[in-house]
Amino acid sequence: MTDKHNLIDQKLQELNEDGIDRRGFLKCMAWAGTGLVWTISGGIPVSHAFGKNVAHNTKSKGDFTFVQISDSHMGFNKPANPDVVATLQAAIDKINALPAAPDFLLHTGDISHLSRAEQFDTVDQVLKSASAKDVFFVPGEHDVLDDNGKSYLERYGKNTQGAGWYSFDKKGVHFIGLVNVMNLKAGGLGTLGGEQLEWMANDVKHLKSSTPIVVFAHIPLWSAYPEWGWGTDDSAQALGYLKKFGSVTVLNGHIHQIMQKVEGNVTFHSAMSTAFPQPKPGTADSPGPMKVPPDQLRSVLGITDVDYVRGHHSLAVVDSTLA
Amino acid sequence: MTKKNVWIAYGVMPVLLAILLFFTPSLSTVANAGPPAPAPAQVKIDNFSFGPQTLTVPVGTTVTWTNRDDIPHTIVSTDGVFKSKVRDTDETFSYTFTKAGTYTYFCSVHPKMTGKIIVQ
Repeated sequence: MTDKHNLIDQKLQELNEDGIDRRGFLKCMAWAGTGLVWTISGGIPVSHAFGKNVAHNTKSKGDFTFVQISDSHMGFNKPANPDVVATLQAAIDKINALPAAPDFLLHTGDISHLSRAEQFDTVDQVLKSASAKDVFFVPGEHDVLDDNGKSYLERYGKNTQGAGWYSFDKKGVHFIGLVNVMNLKAGGLGTLGGEQLEWMANDVKHLKSSTPIVVFAHIPLWSAYPEWGWGTDDSAQALGYLKKFGSVTVLNGHIHQIMQKVEGNVTFHSAMSTAFPQPKPGTADSPGPMKVPPDQLRSVLGITDVDYVRGHHSLAVVDSTLA
Repeated sequence: MTKKNVWIAYGVMPVLLAILLFFTPSLSTVANAGPPAPAPAQVKIDNFSFGPQTLTVPVGTTVTWTNRDDIPHTIVSTDGVFKSKVRDTDETFSYTFTKAGTYTYFCSVHPKMTGKIIVQ
Protein backbone atom coordinates (compact mmCIF):
# COMPACT_ATOMS: atom_id res chain seq x y z
CA MET A 1 0.00 0.00 0.00
CA THR A 2 2.87 2.37 0.77
CA ASP A 3 4.15 2.14 -2.78
CA LYS A 4 0.69 2.76 -4.09
CA HIS A 5 0.27 5.77 -1.86
CA ASN A 6 3.65 7.11 -2.93
CA LEU A 7 2.61 6.70 -6.53
CA ILE A 8 -0.68 8.41 -5.84
CA ASP A 9 1.08 11.29 -4.10
CA GLN A 10 3.54 11.58 -6.95
CA LYS A 11 0.75 11.59 -9.48
CA LEU A 12 -1.17 14.09 -7.42
CA GLN A 13 1.84 16.35 -7.37
CA GLU A 14 2.17 16.12 -11.14
CA LEU A 15 -1.50 16.88 -11.43
CA ASN A 16 -1.23 19.93 -9.22
CA GLU A 17 1.84 21.16 -11.06
CA ASP A 18 0.72 20.82 -14.63
CA GLY A 19 -3.01 20.28 -14.14
CA ILE A 20 -3.32 18.19 -17.26
CA ASP A 21 -2.47 14.64 -16.31
CA ARG A 22 -5.95 13.74 -15.23
CA ARG A 23 -6.41 10.86 -17.60
CA GLY A 24 -3.12 9.25 -16.61
CA PHE A 25 -3.96 9.80 -13.00
CA LEU A 26 -7.33 8.16 -13.31
CA LYS A 27 -5.74 5.17 -14.95
CA CYS A 28 -3.31 5.01 -12.09
CA MET A 29 -6.10 5.17 -9.58
CA ALA A 30 -8.03 2.50 -11.37
CA TRP A 31 -4.97 0.34 -11.13
CA ALA A 32 -4.48 1.13 -7.46
CA GLY A 33 -7.99 -0.21 -7.14
CA THR A 34 -9.00 1.09 -3.78
CA GLY A 35 -8.92 4.25 -1.80
CA LEU A 36 -10.03 6.99 -4.15
CA VAL A 37 -11.88 10.20 -3.45
CA TRP A 38 -13.17 12.42 -6.18
CA THR A 39 -13.10 16.15 -5.52
CA ILE A 40 -15.26 18.56 -7.44
CA SER A 41 -13.20 21.59 -8.10
CA GLY A 42 -14.96 23.96 -10.41
CA GLY A 43 -15.71 21.43 -13.11
CA ILE A 44 -12.95 18.94 -13.67
CA PRO A 45 -12.89 15.88 -11.43
CA VAL A 46 -9.65 15.25 -9.62
CA SER A 47 -8.92 12.11 -7.67
CA HIS A 48 -6.73 11.86 -4.66
CA ALA A 49 -5.97 9.26 -2.07
CA PHE A 50 -8.43 8.76 0.71
CA GLY A 51 -7.18 10.40 3.90
CA LYS A 52 -4.79 12.62 1.93
CA ASN A 53 -7.40 15.06 0.84
CA VAL A 54 -5.49 18.17 -0.22
CA ALA A 55 -8.72 19.93 -1.04
CA HIS A 56 -9.61 19.95 2.63
CA ASN A 57 -6.55 22.05 3.40
CA THR A 58 -7.87 24.84 1.24
CA LYS A 59 -11.55 24.38 1.89
CA SER A 60 -13.38 27.67 1.79
CA LYS A 61 -16.88 29.00 1.64
CA GLY A 62 -18.67 27.53 -1.35
CA ASP A 63 -16.76 24.27 -1.27
CA PHE A 64 -18.54 21.16 -0.22
CA THR A 65 -18.24 17.42 0.03
CA PHE A 66 -20.73 14.67 -0.48
CA VAL A 67 -20.45 10.90 -0.26
CA GLN A 68 -21.89 8.32 -2.58
CA ILE A 69 -22.92 4.95 -1.18
CA SER A 70 -24.48 2.23 -3.26
CA ASP A 71 -25.93 -1.25 -3.44
CA SER A 72 -26.62 -1.85 0.24
CA HIS A 73 -28.85 -4.81 -0.80
CA MET A 74 -30.53 -4.91 2.59
CA GLY A 75 -32.00 -8.38 3.05
CA PHE A 76 -29.21 -10.22 1.21
CA ASN A 77 -27.97 -13.04 3.47
CA LYS A 78 -25.98 -15.41 1.26
CA PRO A 79 -22.36 -16.51 1.93
CA ALA A 80 -20.90 -13.55 -0.02
CA ASN A 81 -22.01 -11.41 2.95
CA PRO A 82 -24.25 -12.83 5.67
CA ASP A 83 -24.40 -9.47 7.50
CA VAL A 84 -25.14 -6.56 5.17
CA VAL A 85 -26.40 -4.47 8.10
CA ALA A 86 -22.94 -4.54 9.69
CA THR A 87 -21.17 -3.52 6.49
CA LEU A 88 -23.64 -0.70 5.82
CA GLN A 89 -23.06 0.49 9.38
CA ALA A 90 -19.29 0.28 8.77
CA ALA A 91 -19.76 2.47 5.70
CA ILE A 92 -21.65 5.05 7.74
CA ASP A 93 -18.98 4.93 10.47
CA LYS A 94 -16.36 5.53 7.76
CA ILE A 95 -18.32 8.51 6.48
CA ASN A 96 -18.68 9.93 9.99
CA ALA A 97 -14.90 9.66 10.43
CA LEU A 98 -14.05 11.60 7.25
CA PRO A 99 -11.84 14.65 7.88
CA ALA A 100 -14.40 16.86 6.16
CA ALA A 101 -17.99 16.09 7.07
CA PRO A 102 -20.07 15.63 3.92
CA ASP A 103 -22.99 17.98 3.29
CA PHE A 104 -25.16 15.11 2.10
CA LEU A 105 -25.18 11.53 0.86
CA LEU A 106 -26.18 10.04 -2.46
CA HIS A 107 -27.45 6.46 -2.56
CA THR A 108 -27.26 5.12 -6.09
CA GLY A 109 -29.74 2.31 -5.70
CA ASP A 110 -30.31 -1.30 -4.73
CA ILE A 111 -31.06 0.04 -1.30
CA SER A 112 -32.94 -3.20 -0.64
CA HIS A 113 -32.47 -6.71 -1.99
CA LEU A 114 -36.15 -7.54 -2.53
CA SER A 115 -38.02 -4.18 -2.29
CA ARG A 116 -39.51 -5.19 1.07
CA ALA A 117 -40.68 -2.56 3.53
CA GLU A 118 -38.63 -3.98 6.40
CA GLN A 119 -35.50 -3.86 4.23
CA PHE A 120 -36.04 -0.18 3.41
CA ASP A 121 -36.82 0.39 7.11
CA THR A 122 -33.48 -1.09 8.17
CA VAL A 123 -31.50 1.05 5.72
CA ASP A 124 -33.36 4.18 6.82
CA GLN A 125 -32.59 3.27 10.42
CA VAL A 126 -28.85 2.76 9.78
CA LEU A 127 -28.66 5.99 7.75
CA LYS A 128 -29.98 7.91 10.75
CA SER A 129 -26.57 7.38 12.37
CA ALA A 130 -24.87 9.33 9.55
CA SER A 131 -23.59 12.80 10.38
CA ALA A 132 -25.08 14.01 7.09
CA LYS A 133 -28.83 14.13 7.43
CA ASP A 134 -29.80 14.67 3.79
CA VAL A 135 -29.75 11.56 1.61
CA PHE A 136 -30.68 11.62 -2.07
CA PHE A 137 -31.74 8.34 -3.66
CA VAL A 138 -32.26 6.82 -7.04
CA PRO A 139 -33.72 3.30 -7.33
CA GLY A 140 -31.91 0.16 -8.40
CA GLU A 141 -33.75 -2.72 -10.05
CA HIS A 142 -33.93 -4.47 -6.67
CA ASP A 143 -35.94 -1.53 -5.26
CA VAL A 144 -38.77 -1.71 -7.78
CA LEU A 145 -39.56 -5.45 -7.86
CA ASP A 146 -43.16 -6.64 -8.26
CA ASP A 147 -44.92 -3.32 -7.61
CA ASN A 148 -43.47 -1.24 -10.46
CA GLY A 149 -41.71 1.04 -7.99
CA LYS A 150 -44.83 2.05 -6.03
CA SER A 151 -43.42 1.42 -2.55
CA TYR A 152 -40.08 3.01 -3.52
CA LEU A 153 -41.85 6.17 -4.66
CA GLU A 154 -44.03 6.30 -1.56
CA ARG A 155 -40.90 6.32 0.55
CA TYR A 156 -38.30 8.17 -1.52
CA GLY A 157 -40.26 9.81 -4.32
CA LYS A 158 -41.17 13.13 -2.68
CA ASN A 159 -40.31 16.02 -5.02
CA THR A 160 -39.49 13.68 -7.89
CA GLN A 161 -40.93 13.24 -11.37
CA GLY A 162 -42.16 10.14 -13.17
CA ALA A 163 -40.48 7.00 -11.84
CA GLY A 164 -38.43 9.03 -9.37
CA TRP A 165 -36.10 11.31 -11.34
CA TYR A 166 -35.26 14.84 -10.16
CA SER A 167 -32.60 17.51 -10.04
CA PHE A 168 -31.31 19.95 -7.45
CA ASP A 169 -28.63 22.60 -7.08
CA LYS A 170 -25.96 22.79 -4.45
CA LYS A 171 -23.58 25.74 -4.27
CA GLY A 172 -23.47 26.15 -8.03
CA VAL A 173 -23.32 22.45 -8.92
CA HIS A 174 -26.35 20.97 -10.70
CA PHE A 175 -27.24 17.41 -9.65
CA ILE A 176 -29.45 15.17 -11.77
CA GLY A 177 -30.80 11.88 -10.37
CA LEU A 178 -31.94 9.53 -13.13
CA VAL A 179 -33.93 6.27 -13.10
CA ASN A 180 -32.77 3.61 -15.58
CA VAL A 181 -34.20 0.46 -13.98
CA MET A 182 -37.87 0.63 -15.02
CA ASN A 183 -39.65 -0.99 -17.98
CA LEU A 184 -36.62 -3.01 -19.02
CA LYS A 185 -37.02 -4.73 -22.37
CA ALA A 186 -36.15 -8.37 -23.15
CA GLY A 187 -32.56 -8.62 -24.32
CA GLY A 188 -31.89 -4.97 -23.50
CA LEU A 189 -29.91 -2.89 -21.01
CA GLY A 190 -30.96 -0.15 -18.62
CA THR A 191 -33.52 2.28 -19.99
CA LEU A 192 -34.26 5.96 -19.31
CA GLY A 193 -37.26 6.27 -21.64
CA GLY A 194 -38.69 9.12 -23.67
CA GLU A 195 -40.52 10.92 -20.87
CA GLN A 196 -37.43 11.13 -18.67
CA LEU A 197 -35.17 12.17 -21.56
CA GLU A 198 -37.57 14.96 -22.45
CA TRP A 199 -37.62 16.11 -18.82
CA MET A 200 -33.81 16.06 -18.72
CA ALA A 201 -33.45 18.09 -21.94
CA ASN A 202 -35.67 20.79 -20.40
CA ASP A 203 -33.94 20.56 -17.04
CA VAL A 204 -30.50 21.50 -18.40
CA LYS A 205 -31.60 23.78 -21.24
CA HIS A 206 -31.28 27.05 -19.35
CA LEU A 207 -28.12 26.24 -17.39
CA LYS A 208 -24.85 28.04 -18.17
CA SER A 209 -22.26 25.82 -19.83
CA SER A 210 -19.89 26.61 -16.97
CA THR A 211 -22.21 24.90 -14.47
CA PRO A 212 -20.61 21.72 -13.12
CA ILE A 213 -23.00 18.80 -13.64
CA VAL A 214 -23.22 15.66 -11.54
CA VAL A 215 -25.47 12.92 -12.90
CA PHE A 216 -26.23 9.92 -10.71
CA ALA A 217 -28.10 6.76 -11.63
CA HIS A 218 -28.01 3.10 -10.69
CA ILE A 219 -26.94 1.29 -13.87
CA PRO A 220 -23.87 2.68 -15.67
CA LEU A 221 -24.70 5.32 -18.30
CA TRP A 222 -21.84 4.00 -20.43
CA SER A 223 -20.98 0.62 -21.86
CA ALA A 224 -19.23 -0.80 -18.81
CA TYR A 225 -19.93 -4.37 -19.98
CA PRO A 226 -23.11 -4.79 -22.03
CA GLU A 227 -22.71 -8.58 -22.10
CA TRP A 228 -23.70 -8.53 -18.43
CA GLY A 229 -26.26 -5.78 -18.88
CA TRP A 230 -23.89 -3.13 -17.54
CA GLY A 231 -24.99 -0.22 -19.68
CA THR A 232 -28.03 1.88 -20.60
CA ASP A 233 -29.65 1.62 -24.03
CA ASP A 234 -30.53 5.29 -24.44
CA SER A 235 -27.72 6.88 -22.40
CA ALA A 236 -26.14 8.48 -25.50
CA GLN A 237 -29.20 10.67 -25.86
CA ALA A 238 -28.98 11.78 -22.22
CA LEU A 239 -25.26 12.53 -22.52
CA GLY A 240 -26.00 14.44 -25.71
CA TYR A 241 -27.89 17.03 -23.65
CA LEU A 242 -24.75 17.56 -21.57
CA LYS A 243 -22.29 18.24 -24.42
CA LYS A 244 -22.23 21.99 -23.85
CA PHE A 245 -21.07 21.66 -20.25
CA GLY A 246 -17.38 21.87 -19.39
CA SER A 247 -17.60 19.45 -16.50
CA VAL A 248 -19.85 16.43 -16.26
CA THR A 249 -19.40 13.71 -13.65
CA VAL A 250 -21.54 10.60 -13.90
CA LEU A 251 -21.79 8.41 -10.80
CA ASN A 252 -23.36 4.98 -10.74
CA GLY A 253 -23.53 1.75 -8.76
CA HIS A 254 -24.94 -1.61 -9.91
CA ILE A 255 -21.63 -3.28 -10.79
CA HIS A 256 -20.27 -3.41 -7.22
CA GLN A 257 -16.76 -2.32 -8.14
CA ILE A 258 -14.73 0.74 -9.03
CA MET A 259 -14.64 1.44 -12.72
CA GLN A 260 -13.77 4.72 -14.37
CA LYS A 261 -13.74 6.21 -17.81
CA VAL A 262 -13.03 9.70 -19.10
CA GLU A 263 -14.63 10.66 -22.38
CA GLY A 264 -14.17 14.28 -23.42
CA ASN A 265 -15.85 16.46 -20.82
CA VAL A 266 -17.45 13.51 -19.06
CA THR A 267 -15.99 11.44 -16.25
CA PHE A 268 -17.80 8.19 -15.48
CA HIS A 269 -17.31 6.53 -12.15
CA SER A 270 -18.90 3.48 -10.58
CA ALA A 271 -18.82 2.90 -6.84
CA MET A 272 -18.28 -0.16 -4.71
CA SER A 273 -21.20 -1.79 -2.94
CA THR A 274 -21.58 -1.80 0.83
CA ALA A 275 -22.89 -5.40 0.62
CA PHE A 276 -20.90 -7.72 -1.66
CA PRO A 277 -18.47 -7.50 -4.59
CA GLN A 278 -19.15 -8.61 -8.15
CA PRO A 279 -16.55 -10.06 -10.51
CA LYS A 280 -14.60 -8.00 -13.01
CA PRO A 281 -16.23 -8.06 -16.46
CA GLY A 282 -16.02 -11.43 -18.13
CA THR A 283 -13.96 -13.06 -15.37
CA ALA A 284 -16.79 -15.31 -14.12
CA ASP A 285 -19.75 -17.24 -15.50
CA SER A 286 -22.12 -14.52 -14.35
CA PRO A 287 -22.15 -11.16 -12.59
CA GLY A 288 -23.51 -12.81 -9.43
CA PRO A 289 -22.16 -12.08 -5.94
CA MET A 290 -18.45 -12.84 -5.65
CA LYS A 291 -17.41 -14.75 -2.56
CA VAL A 292 -14.12 -13.68 -1.02
CA PRO A 293 -12.54 -14.91 2.22
CA PRO A 294 -14.42 -13.28 5.14
CA ASP A 295 -11.34 -11.38 6.32
CA GLN A 296 -11.06 -9.77 2.88
CA LEU A 297 -14.69 -8.80 2.42
CA ARG A 298 -14.35 -5.24 3.70
CA SER A 299 -11.45 -4.56 1.35
CA VAL A 300 -13.80 -4.94 -1.61
CA LEU A 301 -16.68 -2.89 -0.18
CA GLY A 302 -16.61 0.86 0.20
CA ILE A 303 -17.82 4.40 -0.19
CA THR A 304 -17.08 7.23 -2.59
CA ASP A 305 -16.26 10.67 -1.26
CA VAL A 306 -16.69 13.64 -3.59
CA ASP A 307 -15.31 17.13 -2.98
CA TYR A 308 -16.22 20.30 -4.78
CA VAL A 309 -13.75 23.18 -4.52
CA ARG A 310 -14.99 26.43 -5.96
CA GLY A 311 -12.64 27.99 -8.49
CA HIS A 312 -10.51 24.90 -8.95
CA HIS A 313 -12.55 23.65 -11.88
CA SER A 314 -12.28 20.15 -10.64
CA LEU A 315 -14.30 17.64 -8.74
CA ALA A 316 -12.38 15.11 -6.71
CA VAL A 317 -13.74 11.66 -6.17
CA VAL A 318 -12.06 9.24 -3.81
CA ASP A 319 -13.17 5.70 -3.24
CA SER A 320 -12.25 4.14 0.04
CA THR A 321 -12.80 0.61 1.20
CA LEU A 322 -14.32 -0.42 4.50
CA ALA A 323 -11.17 -2.33 5.45
CA MET B 1 -100.91 -19.96 -10.20
CA THR B 2 -103.38 -22.29 -8.42
CA LYS B 3 -102.57 -24.12 -5.21
CA LYS B 4 -102.55 -27.43 -7.10
CA ASN B 5 -99.94 -26.22 -9.62
CA VAL B 6 -97.62 -25.09 -6.82
CA TRP B 7 -97.70 -28.60 -5.34
CA ILE B 8 -96.85 -30.07 -8.73
CA ALA B 9 -93.90 -27.68 -9.04
CA TYR B 10 -92.54 -28.64 -5.59
CA GLY B 11 -93.08 -32.31 -6.45
CA VAL B 12 -91.04 -32.08 -9.62
CA MET B 13 -88.00 -30.37 -8.04
CA PRO B 14 -86.66 -33.39 -6.05
CA VAL B 15 -87.00 -35.55 -9.13
CA LEU B 16 -84.88 -33.13 -11.17
CA LEU B 17 -82.26 -32.99 -8.41
CA ALA B 18 -82.15 -36.77 -8.23
CA ILE B 19 -81.57 -37.01 -11.98
CA LEU B 20 -78.74 -34.48 -11.73
CA LEU B 21 -77.07 -36.29 -8.84
CA PHE B 22 -77.41 -39.61 -10.65
CA PHE B 23 -75.58 -38.37 -13.74
CA THR B 24 -72.88 -36.20 -12.08
CA PRO B 25 -70.54 -39.07 -11.09
CA SER B 26 -70.62 -40.50 -14.57
CA LEU B 27 -69.74 -37.06 -16.02
CA SER B 28 -66.62 -36.78 -13.84
CA THR B 29 -65.66 -40.35 -14.76
CA VAL B 30 -65.71 -39.32 -18.41
CA ALA B 31 -63.36 -36.36 -17.65
CA ASN B 32 -60.92 -38.61 -15.79
CA ALA B 33 -60.83 -41.01 -18.66
CA GLY B 34 -59.29 -38.33 -20.98
CA PRO B 35 -55.67 -38.40 -22.18
CA PRO B 36 -53.16 -38.11 -19.28
CA ALA B 37 -51.46 -34.74 -18.74
CA PRO B 38 -47.93 -34.61 -20.20
CA ALA B 39 -45.06 -35.01 -17.75
CA PRO B 40 -44.05 -31.76 -16.09
CA ALA B 41 -40.93 -30.01 -17.37
CA GLN B 42 -38.21 -28.03 -15.61
CA VAL B 43 -36.17 -24.94 -16.38
CA LYS B 44 -33.27 -24.12 -14.06
CA ILE B 45 -31.91 -20.64 -13.53
CA ASP B 46 -28.15 -20.77 -13.01
CA ASN B 47 -25.54 -18.06 -13.50
CA PHE B 48 -28.02 -15.52 -14.86
CA SER B 49 -29.29 -17.85 -17.60
CA PHE B 50 -32.28 -20.10 -18.26
CA GLY B 51 -31.44 -23.74 -18.92
CA PRO B 52 -32.40 -25.08 -21.30
CA GLN B 53 -32.73 -21.74 -23.03
CA THR B 54 -35.18 -23.29 -25.50
CA LEU B 55 -37.53 -26.00 -24.26
CA THR B 56 -40.01 -27.91 -26.45
CA VAL B 57 -43.04 -29.49 -24.71
CA PRO B 58 -46.44 -30.95 -25.67
CA VAL B 59 -49.63 -28.96 -25.16
CA GLY B 60 -50.82 -29.20 -21.55
CA THR B 61 -47.34 -29.33 -20.01
CA THR B 62 -46.70 -27.55 -16.74
CA VAL B 63 -43.26 -25.95 -16.79
CA THR B 64 -41.57 -25.11 -13.48
CA TRP B 65 -38.71 -22.64 -13.23
CA THR B 66 -36.34 -22.85 -10.24
CA ASN B 67 -33.98 -20.02 -9.32
CA ARG B 68 -30.66 -21.49 -8.22
CA ASP B 69 -28.78 -18.16 -8.18
CA ASP B 70 -27.90 -16.05 -5.15
CA ILE B 71 -29.75 -13.18 -6.81
CA PRO B 72 -33.52 -12.88 -7.38
CA HIS B 73 -34.94 -13.23 -10.89
CA THR B 74 -38.32 -13.09 -12.60
CA ILE B 75 -39.89 -15.09 -15.41
CA VAL B 76 -41.90 -12.76 -17.64
CA SER B 77 -43.52 -13.54 -20.98
CA THR B 78 -42.52 -11.03 -23.66
CA ASP B 79 -46.15 -10.99 -24.86
CA GLY B 80 -47.76 -10.72 -21.44
CA VAL B 81 -48.94 -14.37 -21.33
CA PHE B 82 -47.39 -15.10 -17.91
CA LYS B 83 -45.49 -13.14 -15.30
CA SER B 84 -43.94 -14.43 -12.09
CA LYS B 85 -43.43 -12.48 -8.94
CA VAL B 86 -39.78 -12.02 -8.04
CA ARG B 87 -38.23 -15.41 -7.24
CA ASP B 88 -35.43 -15.50 -4.70
CA THR B 89 -32.96 -18.38 -4.28
CA ASP B 90 -34.63 -21.83 -4.62
CA GLU B 91 -38.08 -20.34 -5.22
CA THR B 92 -40.10 -21.63 -8.15
CA PHE B 93 -42.69 -20.47 -10.66
CA SER B 94 -44.98 -22.75 -12.69
CA TYR B 95 -47.16 -22.19 -15.73
CA THR B 96 -49.27 -24.68 -17.69
CA PHE B 97 -49.16 -24.22 -21.46
CA THR B 98 -52.61 -25.08 -22.84
CA LYS B 99 -52.13 -23.74 -26.37
CA ALA B 100 -49.55 -24.55 -29.01
CA GLY B 101 -47.15 -21.79 -29.93
CA THR B 102 -43.78 -20.22 -29.22
CA TYR B 103 -43.52 -18.32 -25.96
CA THR B 104 -40.51 -16.04 -25.47
CA TYR B 105 -39.75 -14.79 -21.98
CA PHE B 106 -37.09 -12.92 -20.02
CA CYS B 107 -36.05 -11.83 -16.53
CA SER B 108 -37.42 -8.33 -16.06
CA VAL B 109 -34.70 -7.64 -13.47
CA HIS B 110 -31.85 -8.78 -15.75
CA PRO B 111 -33.29 -8.44 -19.25
CA LYS B 112 -30.20 -9.96 -20.87
CA MET B 113 -31.62 -13.26 -19.58
CA THR B 114 -33.99 -14.62 -22.22
CA GLY B 115 -35.60 -17.98 -22.92
CA LYS B 116 -38.17 -19.70 -25.11
CA ILE B 117 -40.83 -22.40 -24.62
CA ILE B 118 -42.08 -24.10 -27.80
CA VAL B 119 -45.45 -25.80 -27.21
CA GLN B 120 -46.63 -28.27 -29.87
